[in-house]
Parts: sequence; C-alpha cells; structure tokens
Amino acid sequence: MKLSGWGRYPCVEVVPEQPRTDTEICAHLACATSLIARGNGRSYGDAALNETCVLDMRRMSRLVAFDEGSGFMVCEAGVLLSDLVALFVPRGWFVPVTPGTRFVTIGGMVAADVHGKNHHVAGSFGDHVYWLDLMLADGGVMRCSSEENVGLFNATLGGMGLTGVILRVAFAMQRIETDLMAQRLLKAATLDEAMDLFESNDASTYSVAWIDCLASGGRLGRSLVTLGEHLPRSALPPTREGRPFADVPRQRLALPVSSPAWVMNQRSVAAFNALYYARGRPGERIVSLVSYFYPLDAIGGWNRLYGRNGFVQYQFVLPKSASREGLRAILDRVAAAGAGSFLAVLKLFGTVRSRAGSLSFPREGYTLALDFPVSAGTFKLLEQLDAIVAAFGGRLYLAKDARSGAAMLAGYDQLDAFRALRERLDPVRHLSSLLSRRLGL
Amino acid sequence: MLVVGGTSDMGRAIAHRHAAAGGALILTARDTARMEPDAQDIRLRYRTEVTVVGFDLLALETHAGLLDGLPALPDIVVCVAGLLGDHTVSRGDPIAAKLVMETNYVAPALLLGLVANRFEARGRGVIVGISSVAGERGRASNYVYGSAKAGFTAFLSGLRARLSRTSVRVVTIKPGFVATRMTAGLKLPPVLTAQPEEVGAAVAAAIRRHKDVVYVRSIWQPIMTIIRHMPETMFKRIKY
Repeated sequence: MKLSGWGRYPCVEVVPEQPRTDTEICAHLACATSLIARGNGRSYGDAALNETCVLDMRRMSRLVAFDEGSGFMVCEAGVLLSDLVALFVPRGWFVPVTPGTRFVTIGGMVAADVHGKNHHVAGSFGDHVYWLDLMLADGGVMRCSSEENVGLFNATLGGMGLTGVILRVAFAMQRIETDLMAQRLLKAATLDEAMDLFESNDASTYSVAWIDCLASGGRLGRSLVTLGEHLPRSALPPTREGRPFADVPRQRLALPVSSPAWVMNQRSVAAFNALYYARGRPGERIVSLVSYFYPLDAIGGWNRLYGRNGFVQYQFVLPKSASREGLRAILDRVAAAGAGSFLAVLKLFGTVRSRAGSLSFPREGYTLALDFPVSAGTFKLLEQLDAIVAAFGGRLYLAKDARSGAAMLAGYDQLDAFRALRERLDPVRHLSSLLSRRLGL
Repeated sequence: MLVVGGTSDMGRAIAHRHAAAGGALILTARDTARMEPDAQDIRLRYRTEVTVVGFDLLALETHAGLLDGLPALPDIVVCVAGLLGDHTVSRGDPIAAKLVMETNYVAPALLLGLVANRFEARGRGVIVGISSVAGERGRASNYVYGSAKAGFTAFLSGLRARLSRTSVRVVTIKPGFVATRMTAGLKLPPVLTAQPEEVGAAVAAAIRRHKDVVYVRSIWQPIMTIIRHMPETMFKRIKY
C-alpha cells in the first residue's frame, strides 16, 4: 500500500506491521534490515516512512497507570491524544502541551517533541516527560529519564524515532477546572504590531497568531493574535452553571476526495485571507477546549485540500534577536512569489529549558509555519527561504519537513552529539527513515 | 459481560465498547499475564470493573467450571475465539485441521450451549457468537475454517430457535473481513474490510436493537445473498 505523511508527499510502497507487544517489536527489529516506528501519520513529510519496514504503533495503545491525585500518566506509545482528550478532559485532566491536532500518538509527540500555543510558559512536551522506555536497535529496553540514561533521553525527545522504538511514556497531565477556554482576539495591522502583541502578552498561557502571508507592502504581516486561558470554574457562563465538563465534540466532517489542485491558488487564498482578517472581531469569547485547540480536526482529511500531489509544510524558528528582520525578509519573499499559504501560523517560543532534546525544534524566538502545494515552483521558493533561514541562524522543524538538505541541520547546535550517539548505538542505521537518510542522521 | 477470547483485536474492541458504556467485564485468556495489561488499560480508561480469568476454551471439561466459578452468571456472554489456520496445512494435516474445527466450532458451540442452559434456567441473558461469512459457503481456499464457522452459525441459529419463546437472546455476528492480527499480511479489499472497532460497535448495536444476525459492514448482505444463491455448478468454478 501507498504510505505517506500528512502532506501526502512523498509516498512509499510498504505494508506497515502492527505490533501489539514489546516481544513483537523485538522480533521485527531482529528480522528487518531497516525500520522506523510510525504513530498516527501526522508528521507532514518523510519522518515516518521507510520502504523496508514501518511499525504502525497504533495497536500499542494501552494505558498503563494513572494517578487521579497527581495526574501522573503512563501509557504505551501508540495511545492517541484524541483518546486522552475524550477520556480525561471530562475528569478534569488535560495534556500539559498539545499540538494543533489531537490525532497524534503520544509516542509521536515525544519523537517530534511537539510544542503548543503555551510554549513560552510550559516548554515542549518533552519538558513534562518523567521517563520513557525505549527499545534500542539491538532489542534491549532502556528506561530513560533526566536521571538515568540521560544522553539517550535527550536524544529521544525530538529524535524522530531514530534512537529506538518508544514503547511507553510517563508524563504529567495538567488539572483543568472546566472544558472551556477564555479566548481573546487581537488584531495586528502589521508584522511589528503582531510581534509587539506577543511580547506584551507573554503572561497569557496560550498565544498564537494567524498571519496573512499574501498581504504585502504596508500590510505585510497583518495578523489575528489569539490569546487563551483555561476557564476557571468560577467564570462558568450561566448556561453551563454547575456543569464544568459538558462539551460534546461535534461530528467530524470528512473531505472524502482530493480537491483539484487549482482550488488553492493565489486568488482564492488571498480572498480567503482578506475575508478572514476582515471578519476577525477583536474581543473576548468563551469557546470549547476542543474547538480552541483543534479547529482543523473538525474537517477530517483537510490535507486533501491541496490536491493529489500533496503539499509541504514549512516551519522554521529564528533566534529572537534576528526575528524581526528575518520574518520580514521571508514574508516579503513569500508575498513576492505570490505563493498563497492557507495556513500561516506565527508563534513566539520561550527560552528553552535545560531538558530540551538534542534535536528538539523549539528555541527562543519566532516560529512561522506555512504550507504550499507540491510543485516545482514551491521547491524553488523553499530553497530561497532556506537560504534566508540559514542566514539568520534559524532551523527547520523536522516533523514538517519533506525536502530540505543536510546543510539546513546547521541550525541545530547539538547535532554532533546526536550523530555521535547514533554512531555508537546504531552504527548500521538499523533505525532509519527517508528523513534520516535524506539528512544523513 | 463475559468475553471469551478477549486478547484478540476483536475481543479487545468489543470489551472497550462495553466498558465505555459503563459495563463491567470478565475477560478470559489462556495466558492471564498477557491479558492483564489490556485489562488494566480498560480499567484506567473507563473506570469500570475488569476481571481476568484463566481459561482454555479447548479444554471442554473445564467449561462448566468456568461458568459455575464466576461470582455471578453474566448478563451477556460473547465468544470471539477463532483460528484461521493455514489452509494449505489444514488440507493435508488432520491434526491441524482438527484444531481449526475445534477452535471455531466444537469448543465455542459447546460452551455457549452450557451458557444457554444457564440463561434459560435464570430466564434471561444475551449470547453473542462471532461467526463468519466464510461459514455461508465452502470456498476452495478455506473450507476447513469455513465449515467450522458454518457449524457454529447453524448451532447459534438452532439455539436462537430453541430459546425464541424465552427472554434469552442469541446474536450471530458475521464480521466479514476485519483488519486484525488474524488477517495481517492478507490482501483485503478496503471497502469490505472493517476495523475491529466497527465490530465492537456492531455487537453493542445488535444487543441494543435485539438483532438476530448481523453483518458488520452492510455491503456483505447483498454479496452473501448472491453467493448463497449461486448454483453449485457455477460456484465450484469461480475463484474467490
């Protein structure tokens, strides 16, 4: 069968294995010459692809332990975040860090060391992991934490599954008082305004901006900045009096077939962006947790919007000091190319904690995520963007990447340590993906 | 609900569905240590009571003991046990074929027969047997398995008829193709292939709606109607 990441580019022909137990994973490691573990296939590019053997971890989906008092959770790597949201939000528990979709596995969240809209206060998911069990290339299982096998632990957070197969993860859930969010929308007419809003609102728990990347000139970088807080029980609206957990997530709509590639063109995206920006009304409102964190999950298969050829997502982070100049250069380039990105998301990361993984993406500074349909023009544009990102000392998010070259890894300052660990533990690169081969990891 | 064969993907899905609705579970397994992580998963997810009981379905002499040893006779008993086997082996090796026949027919039927008697004495209960579309007609490529499922389907049908005037109900589930460990590696057409979770939902719906015989994906209904009505002279020539 054809297998790809969420961007539907690239594809490989492989039938994934579905292990149920550690023993079965060990057997696959023993007989496949090369393999990579895969979660729910939400990384965009080639991180979870290997034409020899792919371990679909979604049957490794058992909860192992949960402490109702402290929120201490242990679960297998294939547990879906959507399951945890459905089961634990009504009990007053939420994950400490969530990506923009709940259809990811916990193992995938560790492997990509995902971040959320609260990075500036909570760090990335890895910052909340107590320990993890990892099966190395030789089949041995290692418990890794910030106290034991520390090097391996750090390399595994954000290590894209290349240090071993993540079996189980222990992490901290956070208490919530309701399943609602207090959301505040702010409008920024320019990039500078948007960045000022991030910096003056750094006390907000959640913050993110949607940016109109087709606006140019005086409107370059115009954005809608969204701030959010978990709604305290004392602030429940009258309609929800006494029912802090009553949200029933809506039925998902699914996009059954690929829309023709021409649907997403410069004009349609520009029109959408102008309308979206104009309709954004500054102010506060109360929204459900699910619709706040996972707006796109409401449309199943939205990755088909970009047509059959698929799309690539481009997410980079620039050091904070270089962000204003660098973002302007990149947005200028994108607007000049007239390449419409439907989703363009800006976020200010906070200072990286000591625990950050060797290949973890987040670092202090601004991150921007853009997506483009796969085409020759897109790849040319992205090479130009690569040059700008590299010149400003930035780095690309490997979980989104499908096409960059090894030179772009220069933005990762612990790259050598990661490669040395790989060389020591897995010299034949038993664990490998299209991504690891493309980037020489 | 008592689930026999709870370690299978379908058994797990049926158990999850029942537990999600708040029901308590008894899961049997030959190897209770292997079952325990699944049981713990269900307890943590749904905060319901899950008991694991060691049981070998093929040990017929232990069937009555299993039922009498439970703290109470369950409201629902589901038998998910099954073994596809390798047909090329089953064809030539009577011991292998016997194992397929016993696992799919002899043992499940005899156990559910005992359950039926106890339900009848109590006056109520639901029996769910996971049979197969393979039991509707013997195919060249898997008639050992198919004939065993045919026997099981007929047994369930007879039980249902016998108990039709009581409050005991008998449900036959025919899943069609299901993406499970049993079918891993087989090339299955996606439209005809259900996920284990669909079987879980189908079992729950069949119990709720008082169904007798259920195809998990409704597309199997017309397909099997055609296959059942095909003249033998034609059927024996087609390859499927």
